[in-house]
Amino acid sequence: MSGRTERTMGYRVIKKILPLSIFIGLTFAASAMAGPEEDRLAIVKYYAERFPDVPLQEFANGLYAFDEDAREQWIEMEDFPPYEIAIEDGQALFEAPFANGKSYADCFANGGIGVRQDYPYFDTDAGEVMTLELMINRCRESNGEELLPYQIGDLAAISAYMAYTSRGNTINVKVPQDNPAAVAAYETGKQYYYTRRGQLNFACISCHLQSAGLKLRADRLSSSLGHATHWPVYRSKWGEIGTLQKRFAECNVQVFSKPLEAQSIEYRNLEYFLTYMSNGFELNGPATRR
Amino acid sequence: MRKILTLSLLVFFTSVQPGLADDAPTAEALERGKAIAFTRAKGNCLACHLIQGGELAGNYGPPLLLMKTRFPDRADLRAQIWDASVREPTTRMPPYGRHRILTEDEIDLLVDFIHSL
Ligand code: HEC
Ligand code: HEC
Repeated sequence: MSGRTERTMGYRVIKKILPLSIFIGLTFAASAMAGPEEDRLAIVKYYAERFPDVPLQEFANGLYAFDEDAREQWIEMEDFPPYEIAIEDGQALFEAPFANGKSYADCFANGGIGVRQDYPYFDTDAGEVMTLELMINRCRESNGEELLPYQIGDLAAISAYMAYTSRGNTINVKVPQDNPAAVAAYETGKQYYYTRRGQLNFACISCHLQSAGLKLRADRLSSSLGHATHWPVYRSKWGEIGTLQKRFAECNVQVFSKPLEAQSIEYRNLEYFLTYMSNGFELNGPATRR
Repeated sequence: MRKILTLSLLVFFTSVQPGLADDAPTAEALERGKAIAFTRAKGNCLACHLIQGGELAGNYGPPLLLMKTRFPDRADLRAQIWDASVREPTTRMPPYGRHRILTEDEIDLLVDFIHSL
């Protein structure tokens, strides 16, 4: 059943993802013909009904939307936000010219300032989803610079600066309905989010949709809605800033499933779906999380 | 003579032992079951369930109490822990037996402990 297995921390890591799609009887998952906008509205409705006291934009604050004690500590932390250095570093890196004299500004619309709300997008020519982090590296590549690691470090800092210049802008991810490849990428990402995997047999929705607001040991679980508004994140546990896809990998590992590579097609499709769910939210990154 | 006595005693105990284990697990067995329930790298049930005597419990799942009322039949409780998705396809509880998170023996000890709550 489980393919090759290997002992880690007393559990076996299941190498092969279990092909156990689950189709939860939640309304938005049920209607096979529903498009991205129907999915999004159904999720908004689901949380609004489940948490009538939480104002919609609050979901962009993750677990702090539900947890008073954690929220107080978090607000205190904002006095001297630990991601500030990353923004400064990121700006310096962003503005430093490449060896050929060009810079990041030449690769992005509006010189790269205030553009995060448009990512990820579906590139019709390439036939794949493009995330902001991927485009930062593509920019380097086309200017003859070395690629940077995707999860932490310089690339996360540049992303933090670009997020900072986009604060307050409204997430506006598009899945063009007349482009079957874009729709397929979205659907694949959605399916990933709903599929159980790992030895513990969880789907993303098990924790962030079915169990949002509940506690797993001391961890209050955030909602899927608003998950894409605030990246990259400085996490106390990481001691540095990391990208959204670093978090994907960590959530995979938590259920003892093998994480995918950052910026793999699967993670990009997942980010496409998840960010679409945050459409209409204001960007508020970079942010801190416990 | 002595030998025969010990032998017959042994036979006596081994023959009644299974019956005893079913009805009333020893205090030692219950402790072992509790350790499996509380240890993070074993059952880690506290991550999700409030259990008497355990600290830092989550509330992802319902509190585990009055288990004999909820599960008069021990076999039903074992089935819930072995694979909760049989009873509830959309379950959010890991399948401890089906995915071999715990061994069959560990599950038996665990079930005795949980049933005693
Ligand atoms: C077993 C539970 C569990 C599963 C399954 C799970 N997560 Fe998480 N996730 C957590 C916990 C715990 C946290 C940290 C607390 C929080 O912010 O919700 C977290 C945090 C996150 C965050 C950061 C939230 C924020 O506000 O910064 C994202 C994004 C995320 N998860 C995405 C996913 C994705 C995508 C999947 C599936 C591949 C997934 N999670 C599966 C438990 C889980
Ligand atoms: C990650 C979460 C999680 C963990 C870990 C977990 N459970 Fe559960 N459990 C649940 C949830 C959620 C339910 C509610 C019913 C459902 O979703 O199947 C549940 C239901 C139960 C029930 C049925 C309760 C009732 O009254 O119907 C029992 C018994 C139970 N769990 C025992 C255990 C034991 C024993 C362990 C540890 C070996 C354990 N659980 C670990 C999440 C969990």
